[in-house]
Amino acid sequence: MSQERRERPDGADGASDPPHQQTRWYAGGQYEPLLSEKRSETVAVESSLPDDLTRDELTLPAPAEPEVARHYTRLSQMNFGIESGSIPLGSCTMKYNPKFTEDVAAHPGNRVHPLRADADKQGILHLLYDLQETLATIGGMDAVTLQPPAGAAGEFTGIQVAKAYHDANGDDRNEVIVPESAHGTNFASAAMAGYDVVELPSNEAGRVEVDALEAAVSDDTALLMLTNPNTLGLFERSIEEIAEIVHDAGGLLYYDGANLNSLLGKARPGDMGFDIMHFNLHKTFATPHGGGGPGQGPIGVGADLAPFLPTPQVRETDDGYETYAPEHSIGRVHEFMGNWLVLVKAYAYILRHGDEGLENVSETAVLNANYLASQIEYEVPYGPFHHEFVASANADAGDVAKSMLDYGVHPPTTKWPEIVDEALMTEPTETESKARLDDLAAAFNAVAEMDADDLTETPRTTTARRIDQASAARNPRLSWHALE
Amino acid sequence: MPYATHSDAERSAMLDAVGVSDPDALFDIPESVRFDGDYGIDAHSERETRAAVEGILDESPDLTEFLGGGHYDHYVPSVVDHLSLRSEFLTSYTQYQPEITQGFLQALFEFQSLVVELTGLGVANCSMYDRATALGEAALLADRVRQSSGEIVLVPDDLPDRVRSVLDNYTDGPGIGVDTYPTSEGTVDVDALADRVDDEVSLIYAATPNARGVLEPNLDAVGDLADDHDALFCVGSDAVALSVLEPPESYGADIVVGDAGVLGLPTTYGMGLGLFACREDFLRQVPGRLVGISEDDADNRAYTLTLQTREQHIRRERATSNICTNQAWLALRAAIHAAWLGPDGLTGLAEECVTGIREACERIDALDGFTAPVYDGHHFREALIDTDESAAAVVERCREAGLALRTVDDGGEERLAVCVTDTNRENVDALIDALAPEREVSAV
Repeated sequence: MSQERRERPDGADGASDPPHQQTRWYAGGQYEPLLSEKRSETVAVESSLPDDLTRDELTLPAPAEPEVARHYTRLSQMNFGIESGSIPLGSCTMKYNPKFTEDVAAHPGNRVHPLRADADKQGILHLLYDLQETLATIGGMDAVTLQPPAGAAGEFTGIQVAKAYHDANGDDRNEVIVPESAHGTNFASAAMAGYDVVELPSNEAGRVEVDALEAAVSDDTALLMLTNPNTLGLFERSIEEIAEIVHDAGGLLYYDGANLNSLLGKARPGDMGFDIMHFNLHKTFATPHGGGGPGQGPIGVGADLAPFLPTPQVRETDDGYETYAPEHSIGRVHEFMGNWLVLVKAYAYILRHGDEGLENVSETAVLNANYLASQIEYEVPYGPFHHEFVASANADAGDVAKSMLDYGVHPPTTKWPEIVDEALMTEPTETESKARLDDLAAAFNAVAEMDADDLTETPRTTTARRIDQASAARNPRLSWHALE
Repeated sequence: MPYATHSDAERSAMLDAVGVSDPDALFDIPESVRFDGDYGIDAHSERETRAAVEGILDESPDLTEFLGGGHYDHYVPSVVDHLSLRSEFLTSYTQYQPEITQGFLQALFEFQSLVVELTGLGVANCSMYDRATALGEAALLADRVRQSSGEIVLVPDDLPDRVRSVLDNYTDGPGIGVDTYPTSEGTVDVDALADRVDDEVSLIYAATPNARGVLEPNLDAVGDLADDHDALFCVGSDAVALSVLEPPESYGADIVVGDAGVLGLPTTYGMGLGLFACREDFLRQVPGRLVGISEDDADNRAYTLTLQTREQHIRRERATSNICTNQAWLALRAAIHAAWLGPDGLTGLAEECVTGIREACERIDALDGFTAPVYDGHHFREALIDTDESAAAVVERCREAGLALRTVDDGGEERLAVCVTDTNRENVDALIDALAPEREVSAV
């Protein structure tokens, strides 16, 4: 493998000069070999089990602990987290996560086996109960299950609950309506639950077109899935009318909680007419995203739907807390209670903030998004927007993203939602300072001035130069065995 | 606000820039749906919050656990916490910009490689939520690739209800039927399965070790039955057991699901790390994320998420699954743990899972009134035990001695279940004392 040292971008005209030296991932083009390339061993498997049950040998890397430590330390240096710099990925809510929640998660009281008897896990049940009641209050819902292990799992759970509810009413409905700007998970979760997906176009203001909704709803409508504010950062002001249309048709209204970070203390999905919602605890309530998980996606429901929630639920009794199965429970969507440590961290986060702190989270998130939008030289269609906005790049949004990498920031979400040309979906979150927002704006604006040819030459300061993603798919090499 | 970053002056400047005097004016919410109440949550200092949450957690008693049942505790070396908690890993996002996330991508690629080595199958993904959802995804995959034949998934009658319930939810949408086949003497009854399987079956599932802790002896025959009926064969196992067991690919497994959280994940109330591997033919039907090797513009090796056209953010309702957030950080931890163990350490740990429960059973069986294990065969980590008194009463007696055990309904019989690993092996003496406080025999 060639190990040539790369040039930093030249700063001759100032346009491509990074505003600060944050290119932490730059390591002079030095790559880290796979562990298997460093030291791999084949051992004969010695076991007291009979030969017909066991393998003959096992081949795996065999590094000593110092090598393990250096390998993963090096890999971490080739990685970018929220403590490396801003990650204004729209819809992903990449905020700073308080450090102390990691210590709370490391407390020995978390080390409880899920099959203990209720009396032997009162601490766990107490926290589960408090958190489910707190989330119900925040969402304006009557009951909450904490079980789903991610936001998309929450969507699936919510749809299964809705289906069980319709079934119990002898109501056979086969369609879920989803706006075209919705998260891909909405479509996939509805399909996974066996529903036909009906896509709803947006109107010229980027919102749900009420006439189109009226045309789309029918006796077949099981559910309308919405997020509010929507993925363009726009509040669906006609939400009460939307809810009425769906409810009049006998359907239910589902709230995708991905954008809840802009509503804390300001509005509650239950008050808007939503019957089911999911919370992305790893977004709104700040759990580190861990490179793509674990998350946790509790759902809240109105009283009519509570009997259909997954089992177990937790309730308070005179003697403490106990688990029980709701009367018409859909069963389980995870073997146990999803990702417990995410629940603990979210609970600690909520307790730390309190009412005023949570409202301030949303106020600052919305202020930061609006401030950043006001500082960039791109068209930002629609508005007014909440905690995220979608700018339109005057070039290929993917190229713009790669060019922003040279400025020490993670770029926005690109090319989505598709209703904006070359979309740059941007969500700075509340934990970015004014100075960082100004840096972000400077990165946006410097890239806006680059010409198209320069854009395609980027990134130039990252661990890897631009990666050929098409060839990875054409010629899949998915394990170190593929290198042999 | 605890994590506020703006000074008053900065805040004013920002409000001026957007043209409002109060951030509340930026909220475009109709009055009628404004929330004018409060949640009633008091704010706490960091110290108070820690004390409050830890105080709640401490309400659970400190018990020595022998519980098992699909969730197993192994010692996690310190290096796993120290490295995985590095903020560049912990606070990063999904690797949508591979040029700045090569480190995590490489770690996930190494995790996939580990699972490929353990299963013998060609493809492993980056993680599933847990073993139950991984089985659900296996059923959906089988349904997609076996559309021409039937739509029945066969599972053993000892599949825990918790897992079955998840499978029922996953198979509900496409209308896949789930049916059980019998076990006898604690393992798959191959003859009864042969009678049950027909061309309507799309997937046959069997676990090793199974729900009774027994290593299944005849999985090659199950694989043959699946083959004969054009069904897929899905094996359930875990990352530690697979290090010594015959690789499932060698006896015809098309899919392996199970638990990889036995590496890197302490007992945290049932958090999981689902593993999922399958034959290369099904590559484009795999659920979840895949990391592949590519090259960058400088012709250097580089890693990237690949085959994303299977995924929900591209394919929407035609995606192979709805997974977005998965268990990436836990896969990183499992990879670090496996690297630290190396092949000798990993197979050594597996051997402890065999000898630990074997020795515990020998000692329990020597007690008057106890039969351990109930079933012949080779056990891994856990076993069922018969007593001549009520199993619940034995559990209660152990509870008073600070030990957590459980009972299981084993085909109508209430039995004790005991799980022994490296983390509770030293407590087996206490278990023996508690099981038979006045009946310990000397000859073991």
